[in-house]
Amino acid sequence: MAEPLIRIEHAFKSYRRGDRITPVLEDISFDIACGEFLALVGPSGSGKSTLLNLIAGIDVPDSGKILFLGQDIGQLSENELAAWRSAHVGFIFQFYNLIPVLTAQQNVELPLTLTGLSGRERKEHAARALAAVNLSDRMDHRPSQLSGGQQQRVAIARAIAADPALLVADEPTGDLDRESAEDILRLLENLNARLGKTIVMVTHDQRAASAAHLTRRLNKGVLDVLP
Amino acid sequence: MFFLELILKNAFRHKLRAFLTILGAALAILAFGLLQTIVDAWVGGVDNAAANRLMTRGALSMFTSLPEAYKAKIKAVPGVTLVSPEAFFGGYYVDERKRFPNFGVDPEVYLELHPEYRIPDEQRRAFLADRRGAMAGRKLMKRFGWKPGDAVTLKTHMYDGDWTFVIRAVYQDANEDANEDLFVFHWNYLKETLKKEGSTQAGRVGVFSVGIDDGSKAAAIARDIDERFKNSPVETQTETEKAFFLRRVTDSEAIILGVRMLSFLVIGVILAVTANAMGMSVRERMGEFAVLKTLGFSGQALAGFILGESLTVSLLGCALGLCALPFLTGAISGPLSDFFPALRVTRQTCLIGAEAGFFLGAASAALPALRASRARIAEGLRRIG
Ligand SMILES: Nc1ncnc2c1ncn2[C@@H]1O[C@H](COP(=O)(O)OP(=O)(O)OP(=O)(O)O)[C@@H](O)[C@H]1O
Ligand SMILES: [Mg+2]
Repeated sequence: MAEPLIRIEHAFKSYRRGDRITPVLEDISFDIACGEFLALVGPSGSGKSTLLNLIAGIDVPDSGKILFLGQDIGQLSENELAAWRSAHVGFIFQFYNLIPVLTAQQNVELPLTLTGLSGRERKEHAARALAAVNLSDRMDHRPSQLSGGQQQRVAIARAIAADPALLVADEPTGDLDRESAEDILRLLENLNARLGKTIVMVTHDQRAASAAHLTRRLNKGVLDVLP
Repeated sequence: MFFLELILKNAFRHKLRAFLTILGAALAILAFGLLQTIVDAWVGGVDNAAANRLMTRGALSMFTSLPEAYKAKIKAVPGVTLVSPEAFFGGYYVDERKRFPNFGVDPEVYLELHPEYRIPDEQRRAFLADRRGAMAGRKLMKRFGWKPGDAVTLKTHMYDGDWTFVIRAVYQDANEDANEDLFVFHWNYLKETLKKEGSTQAGRVGVFSVGIDDGSKAAAIARDIDERFKNSPVETQTETEKAFFLRRVTDSEAIILGVRMLSFLVIGVILAVTANAMGMSVRERMGEFAVLKTLGFSGQALAGFILGESLTVSLLGCALGLCALPFLTGAISGPLSDFFPALRVTRQTCLIGAEAGFFLGAASAALPALRASRARIAEGLRRIG
């Protein structure tokens, strides 16, 4: 079997509030293959976002390892981890989280400023990414001038602009009407099928989960595979 | 360029807040600059005092006068090169409240003592040649609308009658910050007129201005001079020009210190305001900063953005305040001219003002920048979604 893109080995994570410790993830181990489209489901508070944060290098486990192509990202310093994220991970959030003062094009350009690209190359990349999400005609709009579905498409363009191997999405359709949600799911399916992006998506939505190849359910810190 | 645009857009995200903060900083810098300028005018002259000039006056008080004969005795002291009387005249022109320093001197010696007063050669000759001639500062000329060659009449409470002088020379001070408001005339003219009137004050001198060959020996020479007049009817006190000017100022030292402190206090107050505005603006955007970090921006980069925003606002305010300062001092110079000969915004004040702008920007960004750069991403993201 080929090397997985991500391997999670015996990850534990708990939150401490005062002297109360809330265990959230207990001994989680699984692989995410290259090109996989994984849906993470589970009841609210079961730790889906927490697990996604570990996978994306936003947070580190209390113990256990997160390996990216064999490299333990837990060993990286904070700044190294930031650089790693910008190179390998694209993020899609439930509430889009675009920068309100920037235009759609500039929002997509933003993560590219961390690469070695020139200003002109950045603009070209951004334009191409916006074309991929069908928003070429909205480049100069501010987020407040776009619908929810359009904002999420800009967010997806921002996530893929630097061409990362991994996309993580935390309830990307959670704030959208059915039609826009369908749009976004089709877009993600496309990115997975056409560009081979590995996608990890947290969702509550049964329909969204069915877009994925594989669904894992998180329950009380334990993970199982759904058929 | 991209980041500059981002910083500017963020700095002006809340237009009203940004505008008010800039206005506040501008007003604070304006107040700071005004107070500094007033203090500068007050102590003016002190900094321009030459190290190689001494002042000899009566030991008892500023108001005891010295006999003319002291001049030769002082001149005989080793190290002394030049001696000129400076006889305080207390004159005023038309309006008694419009004060300016005027005194009788030995013009030739006086000009040699004061190489910083620049005058054209033919004016110098005309001044020296005319017994009733006078030399006035450029700014004084402007203040009273005088022209070279004008005959001007001064009155004084010290002597009776009208005193008419002809302005033969106009000097320009080599030192840019100088007041240029002196009015000096031939002491001989004063002496002879008083003698004709049979005044006991004829031939009396308030102060002798003394030039020495070596500024580093000032203390020893001053002691030497005073030694000569020990046990004579009028004992003397000799000090450097700087000390002499300072004495005039020391009485108000506490006030000056107070005003200087006040001016820095104003900066402190506005710092609290700008720091609060910056803190608020960053607190509102913690979620956004978490997103930037998620995308891969380092804590240092975020701190840089915040510092940039803060500096934009503070420096704009500071620039606005400094630009307005000359207009304000110009506007109040007129009404205040009775107290302060010339309100002049010095380079020093502008420099401190600019530094204050940088300090404001940096100091108000410090805490918010630290907070944003240290904040954990997961926490920040939870807030927004
Ligand atoms: N920073 C934190 N401090 C304390 N407790 C936390 C923190 N973050 C998460 N938790 C707790 O950890 C548990 C898992 O949170 P998490 O956000 O991962 O759940 P989730 O499965 O994503 O839920 P939802 O579906 O509602 O988004 C919850 O009980 C939550 O209260
Ligand atoms: Mg969640």
